[in-house]
Amino acid sequence: MQAEAALGRVGLWFGVLLISIILAATARDTGFAAHATIIAVVAFVLMWMSAARFDPMGKARGFFRMPEGLSRYDDDPIRWGVLATMFWALVGLLAGVFIASQLAFPQLNFEPYFNFGRVRPLHTSAVIFAFGGNILIASSFYVVQRTCRAQLAFPTLARFVFWGYQLFIVLAASGYLFGVTQSREYAEPEWYVDLWLTIVWVAYLIVFVGTLARRTEPHIYVANWFYLSFIITIAMLHIVNNLAVPVAWNGSLSFSAFAGVQDALTQWWYGHNAVAFFLTVPFLAMMYYFVPKQAERPVYSYRLSIIHFWSLIFLYIWAGPHHLHYTALPDWAQTLGMVFSVILWMPSWGGMINGLMTLNGAWDKVRTDPIIRMMVMALAFYGMATFEGPMLSIKAVNSLSHYTDWTVGHVHSGALGWNGLISFAAVYFLVPRLWKRERMYSLRMINWHFWLATLGIVFYAASMWVAGITQGLMWREYGADGYLVNSFAETVAALHELYIIRALGGVMYLSGAIIMGYNVWMTIAGRLREEAPMGAMPDYDPDKDRPIVRPATPEPAE
Amino acid sequence: MGLASQHKKLEKNINLLAIGSFIAVAIGGIVEIAPLFWIDNTIEEVEGMRPYTPLEQAGRNIYVREGCYACHSQMIRPFRDEVERYGHYSLAAESMYDHPFQWGSKRTGPDLARVGGRYSDEWHVQHLEDPQSVVPESIMPQYSFLGDAPLETENAADMLIALRRVGVPYSESDIEQAMADIILQADPDSGGDVEDFQQRYPKAQVRDYDGDPSRVTEMDAIVAYLQMLGTLVDVDSAAAQERLAEEKGR
Repeated sequence: MQAEAALGRVGLWFGVLLISIILAATARDTGFAAHATIIAVVAFVLMWMSAARFDPMGKARGFFRMPEGLSRYDDDPIRWGVLATMFWALVGLLAGVFIASQLAFPQLNFEPYFNFGRVRPLHTSAVIFAFGGNILIASSFYVVQRTCRAQLAFPTLARFVFWGYQLFIVLAASGYLFGVTQSREYAEPEWYVDLWLTIVWVAYLIVFVGTLARRTEPHIYVANWFYLSFIITIAMLHIVNNLAVPVAWNGSLSFSAFAGVQDALTQWWYGHNAVAFFLTVPFLAMMYYFVPKQAERPVYSYRLSIIHFWSLIFLYIWAGPHHLHYTALPDWAQTLGMVFSVILWMPSWGGMINGLMTLNGAWDKVRTDPIIRMMVMALAFYGMATFEGPMLSIKAVNSLSHYTDWTVGHVHSGALGWNGLISFAAVYFLVPRLWKRERMYSLRMINWHFWLATLGIVFYAASMWVAGITQGLMWREYGADGYLVNSFAETVAALHELYIIRALGGVMYLSGAIIMGYNVWMTIAGRLREEAPMGAMPDYDPDKDRPIVRPATPEPAE
Repeated sequence: MGLASQHKKLEKNINLLAIGSFIAVAIGGIVEIAPLFWIDNTIEEVEGMRPYTPLEQAGRNIYVREGCYACHSQMIRPFRDEVERYGHYSLAAESMYDHPFQWGSKRTGPDLARVGGRYSDEWHVQHLEDPQSVVPESIMPQYSFLGDAPLETENAADMLIALRRVGVPYSESDIEQAMADIILQADPDSGGDVEDFQQRYPKAQVRDYDGDPSRVTEMDAIVAYLQMLGTLVDVDSAAAQERLAEEKGR
């Protein structure tokens, strides 16, 4: 019986291996061939593992270990997810520092594979979908089990979600370097990679909803509303926006189903809501679980969470057209996008207030607990970015800021400040619990990470504000003679120093993440750093807390 | 409390919660995107728009492959400085055959919507091979490998068929001659019917682009694409349309 099942699995992977070898051999372009080769390697490893795993004694071991009994949370996929989060964070941030340096020093472009145009989507996808996606999948599996008091449903499927998602990342990221891209911002992966992600995503939805259905708590906790909405909406956006017709079944090239103005609005409907439903809604879910847990305080307002959840998801979808102000998109759509973007400020701040006010009665922890400090800073950046966003979506402001580095700065104060810091805080929360350690290896290192990250963001955002406004003003500067003052090349040259400062900010942020990597590594290794506790009172010795009495010196004789 | 107790129903029922949140997110997209497909003045009617020639489309595929949109926009906004710097503001009709659109969102480099005909082919080739040799301040990467890469022409017909499936009006003869058209446009001495070609693709520029008539390279394709950008539409006739639209109060 077992032998047959094992043989069946080996056969299945052998079939996949054969198909991918055929695809690699007949592919029309090198990118598609490389991707088929990657799949062949994965299939070979799986085939080898299925064969090697036919060992009834060793069944409990190995990567695909299943949970033992229903009375334990299924945390294996979460442990891998946390490790993958850490790994992709370092990859994505490194790619970011690299492309930031390319803009300051163009000699760093190495054609064709490491030119800016190919590495830039690698950076954005690595930080958004690899780093962000992994912490979202891992944290959602963690949170949904705890708040439902039930084990993860469909353990096999949950493992497929994790590994399938990693395969998606590898295919997408390697594709960009080979030139396999749709060149639609944040939706760059080609048709077959999109199809694969759709399968993985449906599996993710099934695992998540299945776990909700198993819950022993009567209510679905607020964090899970956000996760659920994230999974459903991303599925809708992903499928509609990536409708495309491939040129051939064995080639990577495809053409988008829509053209021109319709394609533009569909794409930014997707693009802006990648920000909304990938980088905001599920991160708010993380906030709703990890902030109250770490602060040991209940969520500030239940009613506020209802109001801001429904208004946030309803309003966000409308905001896409603000990426297309003053373009050939009809005016009515632009105006609609602007109005809803401005209204969006309110539910966004509703979320921030609900998070920050949760600390009521625990504000002293900001001083003593670097993880809380990181969460508070993340919420502060969320508030700042969600104020700046509506402001930039006002057409008059946008006429200056659009096409400039101001947008880049805005995105990064949100991504580095909000998404980055709240994810790091969640990892710091999860690692000691998942690996059953007393605490992180070093709290002082978390503090270093906090300050490096915060300063890095300040350098980044400030330099990009200055760069963006400089660029915008230089483009539209007229002389007394009625002619444009600056050639385009002059506006590029003016930004050189600012690009260096930006790269420096990126290096600081990356250094913080490297310290974190070391800290996580040592924690998992079971080490505790000996260090003075943070914020504790300095050593107090009552015996020493008294005046010094001088020994009576004998009076000299007269 | 009314709201909270009403909401408890949603909180206890996954299906209601899932359907409710799906409805909430579906409305915005339907209201904003769907009308663009049937409101007829979304794309103004202009003279001169035609599908890309196979060589131009191949060049466009290279533009897409290299991720040029990360630094170059193709969308001129209706501001005095932009119109003086780049030319007449972009019309929706000008990207009606763009699958995908490449309007871009960042100008690390200048807008390219009307770059066609502004520089010589030699300038483009040298600029792509070594941008800093013609613009010292430039931070653009080098693309000299394009000159060495022979253009893939085998797929030309399939490419046009796929584009026709998404709505680009290529004729049967366009598709049959796709491969020959590529060679013809990049090397008019190869002996094809240039007149027939230009009848099917009005205003198509027929010449060797990369300075090496012996073969068709990716450099030929990308320069052919850049040299046609913004050259098709007679912008003045579009201006009349705009006035007409105003008078009609559309």
